[in-house]
Amino acid sequence: MPNAFWCIVEDDRNGLPKKVMAEVIGEASRLAPGKVEAVWLTDKASEAGLKQLAEWGATRVLLLEHAALAPYRSEVWVAAAAELAGKEAPKAIFAPVTSRQREFVARLAARLGVGLAADSVGFALESDSLVATRPVYAGKLLSKVTWAKSPWVATLRPNVFRPAEGQPGKTAPVERPAVAAAAAQMKFVERREEVSTGLPELTEAETVISGGRGMKGPENYVILEDLGRVIGAAVGASRAAVDAGWRPHRFQIGQTGRTISPKLYLGFGVSGAIQHLAGMRTSKVIVAINKDPEAPIFKIADFGIVADLFEVVPELTKEFKKLLEK
Amino acid sequence: MKILVTIKQVPDTATQVKIAADGKSIDTTGVTWIVSPYDEFAVEEALRIKEKRGQGEVVAVSLGPDRVKEALRSCLAMGCDRAIHLNDPAWSAADTLATARALAAVIKQEEPALVLCGRQAIDDDMGAVTAQLAEILGWPCAYWIMEEAIDADGKSVRAARQVEGGLEVFDLPLPAVLAAQKGLNEPRYPTLKGIMGAKKKEIKDVKASDLGAAAEPPQLSIVGLQALPPRPPGRIIQGDVPTAVKELVRALREDAKAI
Repeated sequence: MPNAFWCIVEDDRNGLPKKVMAEVIGEASRLAPGKVEAVWLTDKASEAGLKQLAEWGATRVLLLEHAALAPYRSEVWVAAAAELAGKEAPKAIFAPVTSRQREFVARLAARLGVGLAADSVGFALESDSLVATRPVYAGKLLSKVTWAKSPWVATLRPNVFRPAEGQPGKTAPVERPAVAAAAAQMKFVERREEVSTGLPELTEAETVISGGRGMKGPENYVILEDLGRVIGAAVGASRAAVDAGWRPHRFQIGQTGRTISPKLYLGFGVSGAIQHLAGMRTSKVIVAINKDPEAPIFKIADFGIVADLFEVVPELTKEFKKLLEK
Repeated sequence: MKILVTIKQVPDTATQVKIAADGKSIDTTGVTWIVSPYDEFAVEEALRIKEKRGQGEVVAVSLGPDRVKEALRSCLAMGCDRAIHLNDPAWSAADTLATARALAAVIKQEEPALVLCGRQAIDDDMGAVTAQLAEILGWPCAYWIMEEAIDADGKSVRAARQVEGGLEVFDLPLPAVLAAQKGLNEPRYPTLKGIMGAKKKEIKDVKASDLGAAAEPPQLSIVGLQALPPRPPGRIIQGDVPTAVKELVRALREDAKAI
């Protein structure tokens, strides 16, 4: 439908949309009620997944289903999506910030000859244009940007926008346009799975625990993982800890790592260097535990305890366990 | 093999940034400038490929005002053979797409076998130019790469990209575009010899007219910059550890409703 707000579906590669899509659809519905279309590029969608998109508020689902769409390759996805965009003329194209969407929508914007606002944290409609807000300069400033023409292409930072409340039983028409699968230049070789910690993914978690230089060594992260299991939190690390080789880079929070925006951030032995703050300062509630009362992280923390983390963590794990068992 | 690396000069992370009088840009007085860290991974990888193959040329390219020469000079000091500076006021409001178009025009002239970029520049964190270059050139592209290997006859590159939950490995025919992620390598420091030698290497100035590119209005423009809203003052919880922890858990549950 012309002038719709497209929400590009990020899925779990097993036929279900990721939870972050409730936020993308929720924000699109706030901006353009009744004109929110989920656009899903996948090799296999599930009925449950299609139903979920409708319950979150998609008013129409455009399903591009083709074996060539997995594993994700920008060249194949862009050809398929651009052709559909040419026919449908959407007003906006939104996607969550994930590794592949970061690349895909940038390439799509270039194909369509329009602007891209990546990693946005807010939107406002002003007369007939959209203004996006995005953090810049290590999160020290906010930049407001606008587009010369539509479709307005943007990615949305996870955990920032209010998720749509699911409406059980709500349905939406599903259309399956023919997919123009471009011949791929890239050949898939293999996927190497990470050893799972059994804890949530860093960028998706509602609660994130971070361990810094104060952790003193790689062997001590196990106490943070124990705490993580009790409260359902992801466990990350500061650059100091990653550069020391205590944690793999995929766990790094900060400017040269992951940007997170959880409901609750708990930093243990994290000093709060600017480059770390760049990756977590949009967290809603920030808790800092550090022996050093002068640590810069206390300046942005909502709650702080000046103490040895090795005394605090076991105590905190015990108290949370008590609270959550109630 | 010719490899082209795109770099951006950005304010150092620790530098203070203040909004300029126009409300749309930063006041550059007193700003310390660096090569964006991800771009250093790209430069390092290009130099390693050249060293491994025993031959080749590494060209550093950047778009920006006069000060950008300093960033290109430090790439030359690391070991790049020459540099190209897209230096024209016509590009002063360039968004990612205009930047990608200008860089793509240079790439078409230079015809490298491989283009390496940083994952994103740490000033505007847009992370779009690599993908947009690939689109304009019609080349395959891999984002957030953690490792790469070019085959012996220089026809393709095997690259491992970081995705949620693991690494995905692809073979890309050359020419191709790769975006470097942290973890790809550890960038070298320029040696004294490198710094001295860099002074003699060429930095070619390129104007928009040299590329046959018309100045185009940006597709995305900055309406204004603003300071972060201040966070409400925090609270240091006093008392011995068991008491403080009990109070913290209560406050997170009842006051902040965060757990």
